[in-house]
Order: sequence, then structure tokens, then C-alpha cells
Amino acid sequence: MTPPDFDFPGRGVERPAVRYDKQGELTDSERVERAMQAFARDTTRTVATYLESCIRCGHCAEACHFYVASHDPQYTPIWKLQPFRRLYKKKKITAQELRDWQELIYDSCTLCGRCTLACPMGIDIAGLVTRARHAMFAAGLVPHELHAVAERAEREGSPLGATPKVLKERIEWLADEHEVEIALDRPQADILITLSSIEIMKYPASLVALAKILNRMGASWTIRSDGYEATNFGLLSGNSDWQREMSLRMIQAAIVCKAETLVLPECGHAYSALRWQGANMYGRPLPFRVLHISEFLAEAVRAGKLPLTRLAGSITFHDPCQISRRGGATSAPREVLAALGADLREMPSAGDANWCCGGGGGVVTVHRADDHRHRAFELKMAQIDATGAEHLATSCSNCRLTFDDGQAHFQWSKQMESLLELVADHLAPRAA
Amino acid sequence: MDLLQFARGPGLAISVAVFVIGLAWRLYRIFRHPAPRDFSAPRRSPSWPGGLRAVFSKMLPPGGVKIRGAQMLNAYGYHIGLALVVFTFAPHIAFVQRYTGLHWRPLPDPVAFIATAVAILGLLMALMYRLTDGVQRLLSSFDDYFSWFVTLLPLLTGMALIERPYYPVPSIAPALPTVPVLLAIHLLSLELLLIWLPFGKLAHAALVFVSRWRTGIDFARKGAAV
Ligand code: SF4
Ligand code: SF4
Repeated sequence: MTPPDFDFPGRGVERPAVRYDKQGELTDSERVERAMQAFARDTTRTVATYLESCIRCGHCAEACHFYVASHDPQYTPIWKLQPFRRLYKKKKITAQELRDWQELIYDSCTLCGRCTLACPMGIDIAGLVTRARHAMFAAGLVPHELHAVAERAEREGSPLGATPKVLKERIEWLADEHEVEIALDRPQADILITLSSIEIMKYPASLVALAKILNRMGASWTIRSDGYEATNFGLLSGNSDWQREMSLRMIQAAIVCKAETLVLPECGHAYSALRWQGANMYGRPLPFRVLHISEFLAEAVRAGKLPLTRLAGSITFHDPCQISRRGGATSAPREVLAALGADLREMPSAGDANWCCGGGGGVVTVHRADDHRHRAFELKMAQIDATGAEHLATSCSNCRLTFDDGQAHFQWSKQMESLLELVADHLAPRAA
Repeated sequence: MDLLQFARGPGLAISVAVFVIGLAWRLYRIFRHPAPRDFSAPRRSPSWPGGLRAVFSKMLPPGGVKIRGAQMLNAYGYHIGLALVVFTFAPHIAFVQRYTGLHWRPLPDPVAFIATAVAILGLLMALMYRLTDGVQRLLSSFDDYFSWFVTLLPLLTGMALIERPYYPVPSIAPALPTVPVLLAIHLLSLELLLIWLPFGKLAHAALVFVSRWRTGIDFARKGAAV
């Protein structure tokens, strides 16, 4: 039994040795100092409220796929904040504690926010983990894969090498191959379309789907090579300067082309980054609307601008956490599926309480997390299998990537599909 | 001045002062931090009804998410038990009336006796969970055990006072029990609770409103689930 401890609970709990990564050649005390300063900068009234309010009831544990997949108490959501709670209380922490917590802050939290639903005090733990990541970045203690993609995104404008040149080449190739007009760099358009580099590099059919739908609607739209990348690894890695830069590129591009609406791609954290944090990065309200592609499609369906044919077979929908639970757009994909006449077989706890795919928050990039992530993915597979649905769709390319990886790992029969591509495949033929 | 006089006089005055000033300090620690303006276009406006909704909806078990069911049931038990003992037992109402003039109709004594039993058993169960559940044990510190102790203490010292039944006669203070020192100890245990409350986790009695409200309004703005 762990004896009561005045200061540092759980000191008696054994933690397995985990590899950690570091950036820069800082001394331990410099790392701690930087973490402390960054966390102090981030301590808003909301953060202070949450850090003061925990009653250590442990309910949040059952909500977290990383705890449920391991039943290891260290994956209890609020425990992931332990050193940062001490920083807040102006207590001493060591660089070793920060190194130990790297795995909890980055590998074992997808920022999915499911734990908030379980917390009787309403503590938004995902929001706190985002703050803790700022401190970890400042201390130079980020998993190296995540740091590398974030740094590449900052340097090249895209985490996966989808530079403006690559984008242009891909668009030319896709337009040619699929005989579809893909609007690039129009000086003026009502709708600015943004993309995820996962789509550009791995799921290019999404670009074709977008173009088919928008052209069919007769929309005035464009993609802009000065602001197309919507993924935001500044946000995921914990560098708010990089986060701001990525967001400002899209914001400026939308302003330059006088767009009324900026449409975000099938990407969960892109929605968080621009829809809910973009204006704060910009420092004032945005002079245009920001919609996730599923919201845009739902609006088009509602306005009768998108006649669709029926989707055969049954389908289940995986809610991307940042768009549904944390983003508030839970109903949009369901409106679109209804317009497709889909036989929707919902998973238990579908919608706001869905289980995360396990790969969000940058976790899918961190390879040492693969084992734990795969165990968490088993929860998702079991839920999906239980629906008996023939098709499986989502509206986040990062979820899709995680599902593809899980499918390959478990040799699972289910193939994740994109809601956007399903819509494009079911556009009703034009009336003669 | 005997012990009872101290407990009823300076002891009570000091503990209430610490309670009030301590709680104000605890809230100041939160409210002194900046609250940056949110420029995002709200999905729902105004957002304050979301704050109100969260304060109440979080009293119920969450939908769609599994929680530690037995622990939650137990927590309902001792919270309700405590509330009944504190607010509906005739001598407690008489105590409040003596200092503030406020009074209300008490419930029959047996209600308080049963409520006390439920609260004591619930608190014992809570300690058992805290010591045996890996998650709770990991999270727990001195605060959790001491807060548990100071909550249980007034219940136990109160039990020691029950020598004869008080009948629910509103606005009539009961006669002094036969053993004043026991009453003094009961009062002093309450005073210890009042003194500790603002500084440890028991402050959740107030913070629960701040925290749920905050999340409620922030999430209502997004239309997100609380
Ligand atoms: S946000 Fe999600 S992954 Fe992170 S601790 Fe909470 S439930 Fe777990
Ligand atoms: S559910 Fe909330 S109050 Fe309970 S331990 Fe987790 S964060 Fe703390």
C-alpha cells in the first residue's frame, strides 16, 4: 500500500523505463526553467480552475482508451498532468520527471476529450494536456518523430513534403487523370478550400472528390498555394508560434482571395486549430466563415444544391473527436448520410461519446506508441464489428490513416472510407 | 472559560473567519489569472445557459461513458447523507438559528440517524476504495486522507452526543446535553472541518460551480459535449 504522501502522491508506483527524446543541448535546470515559464504563461483562469478542482475520484480513467487498453493507473487522464499541477503550485520538479512524463503527454493522449465527459468536476483534461505540451516543447522534450514533422511543416509549409510545387504537380496530374477541373490560385473566389497533406500525399482521391462536388454545385472556389495546408503540427507538438504561422497562412490566403467561406478538409485537429483557435491566433474575429467539409456538405444538402443517389448497403460512422465531441459538428455527417439514404448502424456511444481511433493528437506519428495504440484500437474494432455494418466511414484523414494502419496490423476485414469521397461517388447524374 | 464556551465563542468565530477568508483566498488564486477573450465565432450564443446546464447536468452520471459505478453510487450516498444530517437535523437547525436567526422545519430524528449511518458507512467505503483502487491510490495524497478524516470526525463526535431523541419542534433549541464536553468536542470537530475546507480538496464544495460553469460556457460556445 502506498502510504499517504504530503506532497507527491504515487511515488511508490513503479514506472517502466521508457525511451524519451530531447531537442537541443540544454542543462536539466534550463529545461525545467523553460517548462516552468511556458506553463506559467499558459496559466489562464480556466487552467487554474481545472488544476485547483480535481477531487481525485478516478472516473476519468474509465473514459480513456489508453487506460482501458492497459488498466495501468499511470494512464489515468489527470495523472498525465501531475508534474504540471506541481509547477502550478510553484513546487519543484525535476527534468527527470518531465522526461518520464513525455510518454504520458505525447504517446498516451490523443487530446480526444472523452475524459471530460466522465469528470464530475467538468475538468477539460485535453485542454490541460495541450498546455503541458507547450511546456514540454519549450523544455525540448518532444518525441522526435512528432518534432521532425512539426519542424518540417514549419520549414516547408507541409509536414509530409506537400510543398506548393508538389501540390501543383499533383493537381495537374489529378485533373488530367480524372478529367476534372481543379481550381488553383484563382485571384478571387467565394470559397477557399484547404487540404490536409495526408490527403494530398496518401488519399489524393479526396481532391478529385472535392473538385467534382464543388464544380457540380457551380461554386466559386479555389485552392491557394499560399495557404492550403490545414494540418497544424505546431498545435500537436506544442509550439504555439508555429501553430500561429500555419493558421495565418490560411487566414491571409482567404483574405487575399476575398473568400466568404474557408472550408477545412477531412481532418480533426485542423478543425480545432482554425475553427476554434484561428481567430485567437489572428487576434480578432475572422472576416470569413470557417466550416468543416462535413458541415459544408450538410449545408449544401440542406439547400438542395447536392442531389445524391442512394448509398447501397449498411454503414457505420466513426466520429472524429475534434469535429464531433470537441468541435460541436456531430450532426453534420449524419445529415449527409441521411441525404445518401444510408442504412446507418450507429456504434454504442456514437456521436459525442465515441471512442477515439487512438491515433489523434499526433500519436500516430510516434512509433514507440504503436503497441499501446494498437491495443486501444481493438476497442474501436470491437465496436465496429458489433454494428454488423458493411461500410465504415469517417471525415478525418488522420483517423483514416490510423484505421488503415490498424487494418493492416490486425488483418482486419474492414476498410475505412471517406465521407467526402462517398458523396462524390454518389452525385446524382445531371438532368438531361 | 470552559471548553464548551470556547467552542461556542472564540473557536467558532475563528473557524468561520478562516473558512470565509480561506475560501475567498482560494477563489482569488484562480481569478487573479487572466481570462483571454475568445474571438472565435460562437456556434451558440449566449453561452451562459451552457454554464448553468453543466452545473446541473454534471450532478447526474454521464451518458455514453462508463464510470466507476460502485464508487459513484457510494459518493451519492454519503453526499446525500451528509446534506440531510447537516440541514435537516433539529439541533443543527437550532444551532444555525442561535447565530443567524434563520430556521426551517426539521425532519424527524430517525431520518438524521439513518442519514448519519449512510454517511459514515459511505465514507468508510470511500476510504476502502481509495486504498484498494489502483487509480485512486495513485492519485491520492495527504489532502485526500486528511479531508476524509475531518469529514468523518464530526459525524463520529455527533454520534457520541445522541443520548435522547430530539423531537422536531421548529424554532425551539434543545436543552443542553448532559455531557457538555462531548458537545464541545463535536463543535471543535466541525471547526476543524471549517478551517481545513478552503485549503484542500473539500473546497470542491465551491469549486465545483466554478469548474463546471467554465467548461459549460466554453463548450456551449462550440456546441461541444460536456
Ligand atoms: S483526452 Fe482522450 S486520450 Fe487524452 S487523457 Fe483524455 S480520454 Fe485519454
Ligand atoms: S474525473 Fe475529474 S475530478 Fe475525478 S480524478 Fe479525473 S480529473 Fe479529477
